[in-house]
Amino acid sequence: MKKHTYAILLAAAAFACLAQPAAAQNKPWHALGRTATPAEVAAWDIDVRGDFKGLPKGQGSVSKGEQVWEGKCASCHGTFAESNEVFTPLVGGTTPDDIKSGRVAALAKGGVPQRTTLMKLSKVSTLWDYVNRAMPWNAPKTLSTDEVYAVVAYILNLGAVVPEDFTLSDKNIAEVQEKLPNRNGLTRLDGMWETKGKPDTANAACMKNCATDPVIASFLPDFARNAHGNLAEQNRLIGAARGADTTRPAPAAIEGGAAAARAAPPAAKATPDVPDVKQLLAKNSCTACHGVSNKIIGPAFRDVAARYKDKAEAASYLLAKMKNGGTGVWGAMAMPPQGQLNDADAKVIAHWLVAGAN
Amino acid sequence: MSTDLTKLIGRIVKAPENFLGEGELEEARKARRGFMGKALAMGAGVASAALAAGARAAEGDDAILTLPEHSKTLGQPVAALGYGMPSKWEKNVQRRDSPGLTRVPQSSVSFTPLQGLFGMITPSGLHFERHHQGWHDIDPSRHRLMVNGLVRQERVFTMDDLMRLPSVSRIHFIECGANTGAEWGNVALPTVQYTHGMLSCSEYTGVLLSTLLEMCGYDKKKGKYVLAEGADGSSMTRTISIERALDDVMVAWAMNGEMLRPENGYPLRLVVPGVQGVSWVKYLRRVEVGDQRYDTKDETIHYIDLMPDGLHRQYTSVQECKSVITTPSGGQTLLDKGYYNITGLAWSGRGKVKRVDVSVDGGRNWRSARLESPTLSKALTRFNIDWVWDGSAAIIQSRAIDETGFVQPKLNQLRAVRGTKSIYHNNAIQSWKISPNGEVSNVQVS
Repeated sequence: MKKHTYAILLAAAAFACLAQPAAAQNKPWHALGRTATPAEVAAWDIDVRGDFKGLPKGQGSVSKGEQVWEGKCASCHGTFAESNEVFTPLVGGTTPDDIKSGRVAALAKGGVPQRTTLMKLSKVSTLWDYVNRAMPWNAPKTLSTDEVYAVVAYILNLGAVVPEDFTLSDKNIAEVQEKLPNRNGLTRLDGMWETKGKPDTANAACMKNCATDPVIASFLPDFARNAHGNLAEQNRLIGAARGADTTRPAPAAIEGGAAAARAAPPAAKATPDVPDVKQLLAKNSCTACHGVSNKIIGPAFRDVAARYKDKAEAASYLLAKMKNGGTGVWGAMAMPPQGQLNDADAKVIAHWLVAGAN
Repeated sequence: MSTDLTKLIGRIVKAPENFLGEGELEEARKARRGFMGKALAMGAGVASAALAAGARAAEGDDAILTLPEHSKTLGQPVAALGYGMPSKWEKNVQRRDSPGLTRVPQSSVSFTPLQGLFGMITPSGLHFERHHQGWHDIDPSRHRLMVNGLVRQERVFTMDDLMRLPSVSRIHFIECGANTGAEWGNVALPTVQYTHGMLSCSEYTGVLLSTLLEMCGYDKKKGKYVLAEGADGSSMTRTISIERALDDVMVAWAMNGEMLRPENGYPLRLVVPGVQGVSWVKYLRRVEVGDQRYDTKDETIHYIDLMPDGLHRQYTSVQECKSVITTPSGGQTLLDKGYYNITGLAWSGRGKVKRVDVSVDGGRNWRSARLESPTLSKALTRFNIDWVWDGSAAIIQSRAIDETGFVQPKLNQLRAVRGTKSIYHNNAIQSWKISPNGEVSNVQVS
């Protein structure tokens, strides 16, 4: 065989291997799907691993992070990432000693109201990855790479992990990892990872005279009786049992047929012609920051209504505010643009506001 | 209906064979007229019958003695509803969110009403929901699945491609790792919907992930883990071991005979049998083969179990053997003393449920329940057992044992190892107290 013919055959064999993975090449369905282009893989392969594989080059300072934060993050997480209004706090509960040891002492000791993100965070890559893939809340994947670095730097500064003049980058992120307060705070039990693993409890299936007389150690107090709504309305109207009528105190004795008779059929709700504004407000996350009659992070809807009730073009003004966001009217806290809000919903909400938010 | 019914009264449509003679037809007409006359008389009597209902109680049940409207009127046509809905009488059986649990409905959970369900399959519309950044109804013609990383060929599949591949259909349960999570320290919730309702069981249809990984030529030496990633806002990610990925993990498009519901990941989700729901990535867009775990947000900040020593147990995934009685259960009230069929659900992330024992005296004595068939690996199993309630206070419990011999633990056994703050993976034996007034409530016994 001539030397160049042999080379061509080799090249052809290599191409065949690339086109058809060996394990599946005999399967009749092997041709389904196609090769991903490099641009496609780059567009979607955004994960950043603990060893920083996948981390794009870039940098962001604490002060730039503060700017991004004020505009896009503070409305949910609070100015100092300490807010417990919309989401649980990101920052708090860690000490300089924790940064030295890599174990957050409060996790064992207790004494903090709840676990913040920084108390749990063991990998700085996780914070970078999640801000990049899922934030801001209502407009995920819209931050630039440098903005992600900046926001991560700002959060770490709030937790005293990096100084105020710090600039986080792909070059120094590994050093920051070595300062995370809970970097050594993880353990594993392989039995809980694999379905074939070994469990950590071992009950015995005793059948007769097993325990001493059972003592009730915990139960719901009477005042919580109706805390989850009327349970009569959460159970079927027929069958072996009914839901307890939790709008009334517990009956003294079994009521039998009387309970059955009380279980009237549900009133058929007519489909409303007008969309329910309260549902729209919840659907679009407005209620995370605004109460109808109380300020949460943003002003109460009734306060907005009172301010604009006599203004010309109030509805279109409010509609634009909702869509585009704004700051300075009700205080320093910015309202981010509400991109998820469609025009129809925005219109209904704007007119409801102008009409008094009732 | 435009047809004038009066013109049809008494009319007999000829049988095709003409087997009725003219005389017989006349007999039939007379009989028909007679019947209609009686029916009219009865109709006129309805009002007075209602007035006399009390008096008639002695004769029998008014629901029998007074013919109901549906026995006397024309019903709805076929295809009145292009997609059928449950009866209007079933409106109480709804998935619900738990008041005060979360503050943003897009990052929240709704619970399956286990107290109102039968058998092992969860109706798709009552499947529990857990969204991290809201749900979407994705155009399936624009959805893609990419397989990349340590593979010989990084590939892209359309839904058309995937649905042409050899598929499997399997029944599996899905349980959120945080199911029963509020009950680690004390009783917190009133009903089985809220205590155990992040649990559903469906028949899934899809292609095995192993089929896709082999098509792409995954690296059998270096490939130790896969990362699954969603296409929604939060683009949820979770690591799965390559052993698990090659075992029974499915890339599914169908649930209970139809396409997935949007709330459950339409058009594509991962099914990871036996493993907590967060790994069942919805809106699945990408699977990456790698040589290390990925330490994603839901592996490093959430879905980690706090141990008494302050360490977080990471990569806890298995939903261990567990069971719960669904009737009688918390928030229900029994109508009378006497016979009850105690019924409930049992499941294990490690395989089949082998046995379920039930106690009606707070755990002193146990009897084995009947398991309904089929009992499938990593699927819900329905159990039933007879009980005659004598009207006195009782504490009822169920205890499941899986095919590995593992026995569902008592709450104090779990606490002895894991403390009370780990939120996730509470598979303790559940106790319901039945009071003499018939009310059933959630209790914990020591």
